[in-house]
Amino acid sequence: MANLTINGKAINVDVEDDTPLLWAIRENVGLTGTKYGCGIAQCGACTVHIDGVAMRSCGVTVSEAVGKQITTIEGLASGGTLHKVQQAWVANDVPQCGYCQAGMIMAVAALLKEKPKPTDKDIDEAITNICRCGTFQQVREAIHAAASA
Amino acid sequence: MNQHVMPNSNLKLNRRAFVIGTAAAGAGLAIGLDIPFGGPQVVRAADGSPEVNVWVVIRPDDTTVIRIARSEMGQGTLTGLAQLVAEELECDWSKVVTEYPTPGQSVARKRAWGDFSTGGSRGIRTSQEYVRKGGATARMMLVQAAANEWKVPVSECTAANSVITHTPSGKTTTYGKVVEAAAKLTPPADADVKLKDPKDWKIAGKGVKRLDTVDKTTGAMIYGVDVKLPGMLNAAIKDAPVFGSKLKSYDEAKVAGMKGVKKVVKVGDSAVAVVADTWWHAKTALDALPITWDEGDNAKVSSESIAKWLAEGLDNSQPAFIGNQNGDAKAAIGSAVKKVEAVYNYPYQNHATMEPMNATALYTPDKCEVWCGTQNGEAAFAATLEASGLPAEKCEVHKHILGGGFGRRGMTDYVRQAVLIAKEMPGTPVKLLWSREEDMAQGKFHPVTQCKLTGAFDAENNLTALHVRLSGQSIIYTVRPAALVNGMDTAAFQGLSPSGDAAIGYSVPNLLIEHSMRNPHVPPGFWRGVNVNQNAIYMECFMDELAHSVGQDPVEFRRKLMSKHPKHLAVLNAVAEKIGWGKPAPQGVYRGIAQVMGYGSYVAGAAEISVTDGNKIKVHRIVASTDPGYIVNPAQVERQIAGSFVYGLSALFYGGCTVKDGKMEQTNFDTYNSMRIAEMPKVECVMVPSGGFWGGVGEPTIGVAAPAVLNAYFAATGKRIRSVPLKDQNITFA
Repeated sequence: MANLTINGKAINVDVEDDTPLLWAIRENVGLTGTKYGCGIAQCGACTVHIDGVAMRSCGVTVSEAVGKQITTIEGLASGGTLHKVQQAWVANDVPQCGYCQAGMIMAVAALLKEKPKPTDKDIDEAITNICRCGTFQQVREAIHAAASA
Repeated sequence: MNQHVMPNSNLKLNRRAFVIGTAAAGAGLAIGLDIPFGGPQVVRAADGSPEVNVWVVIRPDDTTVIRIARSEMGQGTLTGLAQLVAEELECDWSKVVTEYPTPGQSVARKRAWGDFSTGGSRGIRTSQEYVRKGGATARMMLVQAAANEWKVPVSECTAANSVITHTPSGKTTTYGKVVEAAAKLTPPADADVKLKDPKDWKIAGKGVKRLDTVDKTTGAMIYGVDVKLPGMLNAAIKDAPVFGSKLKSYDEAKVAGMKGVKKVVKVGDSAVAVVADTWWHAKTALDALPITWDEGDNAKVSSESIAKWLAEGLDNSQPAFIGNQNGDAKAAIGSAVKKVEAVYNYPYQNHATMEPMNATALYTPDKCEVWCGTQNGEAAFAATLEASGLPAEKCEVHKHILGGGFGRRGMTDYVRQAVLIAKEMPGTPVKLLWSREEDMAQGKFHPVTQCKLTGAFDAENNLTALHVRLSGQSIIYTVRPAALVNGMDTAAFQGLSPSGDAAIGYSVPNLLIEHSMRNPHVPPGFWRGVNVNQNAIYMECFMDELAHSVGQDPVEFRRKLMSKHPKHLAVLNAVAEKIGWGKPAPQGVYRGIAQVMGYGSYVAGAAEISVTDGNKIKVHRIVASTDPGYIVNPAQVERQIAGSFVYGLSALFYGGCTVKDGKMEQTNFDTYNSMRIAEMPKVECVMVPSGGFWGGVGEPTIGVAAPAVLNAYFAATGKRIRSVPLKDQNITFA
C-alpha cells in the first residue's frame, strides 16, 4: 500500500513498492492518458511531472513517488481550461495517432516552466520523446507558439 | 522456396472542438436498427436519430454524424473522408461528428459501408467515389423532403451549411428539421447523383483541422490499450521467439502463487499467456514462468545465413520471375562499351508502433466481443469468428483509434490470441497487451532483400541497358498467397513495374527487372511503403551511380530517361527547382535527389546534408513533392509527407532487425532506435496535384527519404552506401 498524490488528490494504491509508477497510475488509479511505450525509459510516452520535473514513469517505482506531487496529463489543465501547451497543440493540429502526445505535452510543459522562451537548441536537448508518426515539425512549431502565448 | 519449413474531457475550449473530440472518443457507438412496421423503413442510430443513408445520420439539432468505415491511425483518413461526405452533403462542417460502424453491423447490412481495410494508402482513394455519392444522395433526399413540405419544385431549392433555401420565396429550413421526412424517401437513382468538380470544393481540398485532436491532448482518447470493462483481467503473452517453433512445456506451479495471478493459458500451439488482476502482475509472472520450446531447424537461421542464400539469388543462373522487360538487356550489357554494376541490400524492419499490439476480448458461449485498434475491422472480425468458433451473428468487434499502424495492425494475430485466452475464461473480459519486447520479437517484418543492378552505356554515354535483379522475401507469398500470379509476387516490383500504380519512371532501350523469390522463416508484413522502400533505394541510388559514372548531373541524367513519364518528371522537376538544384548549395552542404511512383502517386524528394568526420550526418533540409491526383486535406498531406521522412530516415539510420538463432535480436527502442526532434529537418512540401486520378498519400513518399539522403552522402563524401542501416556503417546523425 502506497500513499500517492496524483493531480492534487491523495490516493492509496495497493501495489508492491517496486511497481513502476506508470502501471500504478494506469491500472490502480485508472488514469490511462499516461501511455506505455517501452518500459525502459526510452520513448517518453509515459512522461509525468514529479514535483514539477518531467519523469518517465515507467522508470520510477511507486515507493520513489511517495510524498511527491505527481501530475499526469489528466491534471495538466486547470480550472477547466486547457494548459497553454495543450491549446497550442490543438491550434497547430499537432497529433497524428496521438499515442505519444500526452508524454510529449508533459515534457514540453516542464520545459516551458524552466525555459519560458526555449530556442530550437533548447528544444532539441530537452525533448527526446519518440514519435513514430513523425509529428516533430508541428511539435516544434507548437512549442514556439505556446512560448509566445 | 522456403529456407526452412515454415513454420474525454470537460474542459473549456470552443464548443465545436469539444463536441467533436468527445464524439471521436466514443467512435464505435452502437448503431441500432429500428424498423417500424407498416410504414417506410427508417434505420435509426442508437440515440434515435434517423439515417438518411448508411453514411449520414442527422440529429434534430443539425449535428451531422458521418460514418467512417476505414480506420484512423493518425494518417487523417477519418477527417478526409468526413470532408468528402460533407462536401457533397452541403452540411455545416462545424456540426460534423464521426462514428465507426462495426464489422458486425457491416455483416448484418450486407457490407453497406464497403471495405473496412485501411492499408496500401487506400483509405481515401478507393472509397472517395462512394462516400461522396453517399453525401450527395443524402443532400438530394433532404432537399427533396423540404421541397415536398413546401410543395415547390425541388429545382427551386438549394442547400448550403445544413440550411435548405427555396430561392423564389426565400423560405428556409434546416437538415435537422426535415431529416425525418427525408429518411422515408426513396433514394435517387445512382445515375441521377452528380458529384461536384473538385475545383468547386469548399470543405474538401482545404486544410481543415482534424476532427480528433482535443482528446489526444488531454489523455481522454481511448486507445485499445486503455479499454476498461467491469471485472476485466489482464494478460501478458510470450509466443515462440524462434518463428515457426512450438511451445513444449511450461511450469505453471512456479508462478501460480504469485500476486494477482489467475490463470496460465496455452495459446494455440506456440504461445503461453499469464492472466492476472493487473497487466503488471501478469507480465511479472510471465517473466518468471519457466518455458521450453521445440525450436526445430529454424533455430539455425541467422542474418548471415539469410544473406548468403539471398546472394545466391543474385546469380543469373538461378530461377527468377520477370516483372518488367523490354528489348534484350542481357545481350546489350554483354556487348556494351561500358558497364556499371552494384549490389545493394535492405534489412528486416519492425513497425514499432508506439502502442504495442493489444486486444480485449469477452467470450461466452453465446457471444464473443473484441475491442481493439485494427487497420481492418473486417479481418479482425473474421479472426474473432475463427478463434471463438461462433457464427457471425454472435460476434462483434469494436474499433478504437490506433496508436500507430504502419501496416502492422492489418494483421490479426493479436486478436486471435486475445479471443483464445478469453475463451478459457468465459464471462470474464480479458485485455491482452504485448510488452514492447514481445512486440519487437513477434513483428511482421519488412522483408529482407538484396539487389544487383547492372547498367550499360554506348560510346556516347547513353544508357542502353539496365538489369535489376532482386533477390529476397515476398510478403504476398506468406500473407496473401492467392494473389500470386503464376507464383510471381507482382508487388515485389513496386516502383519498378511496367505500368499501373507503382510504375517505373524511366525508359531504357533494353530493360530487365526480375525477382528471385527466397522466403526465410521470418514472418513478413506490409510495412509503411512496403516494397517501395528498398526498390526506390536500389533504383534511385543506382541512377545516381550511373550519372556519376559518365560525369553527368544526376537530375539531367534522369530527365533524358523520363520524357515518356511526364508525371514522374514533373515532381522531380518541382523538387529540383525548390531545393535549388544546379545552383550552389550553402558552404559544406550537399544535395541528393530521388523520385518514385507508388500507391498511384508520383513523389520526389531532395535532401541537403552536411557530413562531419565522414560519418556524422546533419540533415538540414528536405524538399518533397507529390502528385496524388487530388488532395483532400493539404495540411494532413503535409503531415503525412513529413512523417514519412521520420519513419523512413529512422529505418535508414537506426533500423534493421537481425536474426540470430532463428529469432530477432532487437528487443526494444534501445536496440531499435527512432529519430528524435533534434534529428528532424524541416520538410518543405511542393504539392502538384494534376487531377484525373486518385493516388495514395500515407506511404509513397517514404520511398524517396532514404535514397535522397544516401545520394547526398555520396555527393558530400564520394562514398557510396549500398547497405542499410547506416548504424552498421558506423554512420549516425551529427
